[in-house]
Amino acid sequence: MALLQIAEPGQSAAPHEHKLAVGIDLGTTNSLVATVRSGMAKVLNDEQGRSMLPSVVRYLPDGSIEVGREAQRHQADDPRNTIVSVKRFMGRGLQDIAHSEALPYEFESAPGMVRVRTRAGVKSPVEVSAEILKSLKGRAEAALGGDLVGVVITVPAYFDDAQRQATKDAAKLAGLNVLRLLNEPTAAAIAYGLDNKSEGVFAIYDLGGGTFDISILRLAKGVFEVLSTGGDSALGGDDFDHRIYCWMLEAAKISPPSAEDARRLMERAREAKEYLTTHDNAPINLRLKSGETVDVVLTTEIFTEITQTLVSKTIQPVKKALRDAGLRPDDIQGVVMVGGATRMPQIQRAVAEYFKQEPLNNLDPDKVVALGAAKQADLLAGNRTSDDDWLLLDVIPLSLGLETMGGLTEKIIPRNSTIPIARAQEFTTFKDGQTALAVHVVQGERELVADCRSLARFELRGIPPMVAGAPRIRVTFQVDADGLLSVTARETISGVESSVTVKPSYGLSDDEITTMLQDSMAHAKDDAFLRALTESRVEAQRLIEATQVALHEDAHLLDAAEREKIDQALAKLAEVIQGDNRRTLNMTMDALVDATNEFAARRMDQSIRRALAGKKVTEVADSALGAAAGEEKQ
Amino acid sequence: MAITLTESAAKHVTGFLTKRGKGVGLRLGVRTSGCSGMAYKLEFVDELGDEDQVFESHGVKVVIDPKSLPYLDGTELDYAKEGLNEGFKFNNPNVKDECGCGESFKV
Repeated sequence: MALLQIAEPGQSAAPHEHKLAVGIDLGTTNSLVATVRSGMAKVLNDEQGRSMLPSVVRYLPDGSIEVGREAQRHQADDPRNTIVSVKRFMGRGLQDIAHSEALPYEFESAPGMVRVRTRAGVKSPVEVSAEILKSLKGRAEAALGGDLVGVVITVPAYFDDAQRQATKDAAKLAGLNVLRLLNEPTAAAIAYGLDNKSEGVFAIYDLGGGTFDISILRLAKGVFEVLSTGGDSALGGDDFDHRIYCWMLEAAKISPPSAEDARRLMERAREAKEYLTTHDNAPINLRLKSGETVDVVLTTEIFTEITQTLVSKTIQPVKKALRDAGLRPDDIQGVVMVGGATRMPQIQRAVAEYFKQEPLNNLDPDKVVALGAAKQADLLAGNRTSDDDWLLLDVIPLSLGLETMGGLTEKIIPRNSTIPIARAQEFTTFKDGQTALAVHVVQGERELVADCRSLARFELRGIPPMVAGAPRIRVTFQVDADGLLSVTARETISGVESSVTVKPSYGLSDDEITTMLQDSMAHAKDDAFLRALTESRVEAQRLIEATQVALHEDAHLLDAAEREKIDQALAKLAEVIQGDNRRTLNMTMDALVDATNEFAARRMDQSIRRALAGKKVTEVADSALGAAAGEEKQ
Repeated sequence: MAITLTESAAKHVTGFLTKRGKGVGLRLGVRTSGCSGMAYKLEFVDELGDEDQVFESHGVKVVIDPKSLPYLDGTELDYAKEGLNEGFKFNNPNVKDECGCGESFKV
């Protein structure tokens, strides 16, 4: 007899159709798996009731593999074959790894990603991570009683493309279908945003085992907007352990220890750190294999002192993220603490001091990310309907738009829009009889195309020849849940269509995105001026061309003096159009408009006379109605 | 005619409803589908229908539509743990046969 869960009203799944989906927090130190049951996100425990799986993999002499606590127990006696904190090596070359000389592994440099030599052969970080994922997969399938449809795996916001790809590869190797990679702070926000129904601007301070992330989010009506992110991909609780380790060597006057002793000392360092969360001092006693003994007491004062630089290293990115968001510390309504390392009192104190408020920590900081990922997985697997109010999946880091006349950027989808999203805008032709339109897709915040990043170009051909401004070209930007952008241009009268698909984030690193954002703020004033000037220029150019066409067609409606006046105004405009003075340009444009007013009126009369010639009164009434309706539509 | 919850089931339902923050009770029902003909429905209730029958068991309102009632009369809903898995279980005296997984049944 199957065990059933309670569904939302009207959403009972048909038998065998409830899709089992989980969220996985693949952490540097510990990993967790969570799922949504009867509408509640819950972390899944192992047989012993433990939620956290240490992210440790050991390759045994008999060819088998141990993951988690069993593996962790052998950290000290089998350091070379027991891989900890493998997340730090994901998608990284040997030169990227801090303190690689202090680690007990035999690294092997390989193109793209470092490898570790173990007794089971040379292992890539992807393979090691896959073992952790397999273990979580087994736990989830046992707990849910079936095969998983898909998973959401969280990654630090700062993971670059290589690191994200490596994570996806590990999941594939573990036989998991990745519904999506989700940024850890976003997952934490999902967990908090729903459970607490908060609104306002929040900071997510995530100090995990190996990474530090700060994200500034705005929560409103259940929708999150990411205002800015920052962090340090090589800073975490492990570094605090390392400081204690170094202090122990010094305090106990130990000579450089063997790999095995080093591991045991690191273990004690971590225990001492955790002990100090609730105590004022932690005694450390240990007899090393070398015969030396460690007998020291780590006090809160010493711990705070030796880790002060690490703590302030987390505050720097916080300041920067706030600056990027254009906010001050007192604009933040709440600070969400994520990651086990945020339990350290000196971290809580430093964060409280900087934001001048006590940080929020009512959800277990070790579990929030997994819980948020589980909610996302449940949604993506299709177990919920789309009327839920927290549909945030991800956001577009930089605005997407296209180039318009004069090299200006027209933003179609603004930055921080949640995806998936589709936006359309209508454009028209610039010249009479124009039959093709070049669509240049760009990404960036700047007003001029030259300052943005070019993503793709394509052409819409076969537009029926019409007067400038008559064709209606609908350009649709669509970004799917994986961040893939497709742009379609369609002339609505003739139905001709053309499209292109691009991946906007491709090749754009977080650093580049940050730089581009900073540029846009620094240049906002210049850009606005240039934009206004360019717009006036485009308008002037259009006016000149329209006037020339009119003169060519209907010159007979003007007497010599009138013609002279228009020609002069035209020449004057052609002269100032290159200048930088927008006011002069606008005034000259107005002058030309004034000079041609009478001419335009006569042309209008003439065309009406032509149109009416030989028609019945009823026909005229009908067509007038049609014209009015047409205008209303616009 | 009666539907009951075990104490454990009632405790879990109350807990889920509290966490959810809204809802007046638990809806039980059946519908035709699945490999053995009928399938159970287990949902939160936000609004009662005109024809709904309401039972009360251990402080939980159990809501059933009149069409489902004959198939569920006498059912006891339990909350069970099997290994790592846990969830609700229908102990339904009307069932003659069910599919291997128990997600659908015949009367």
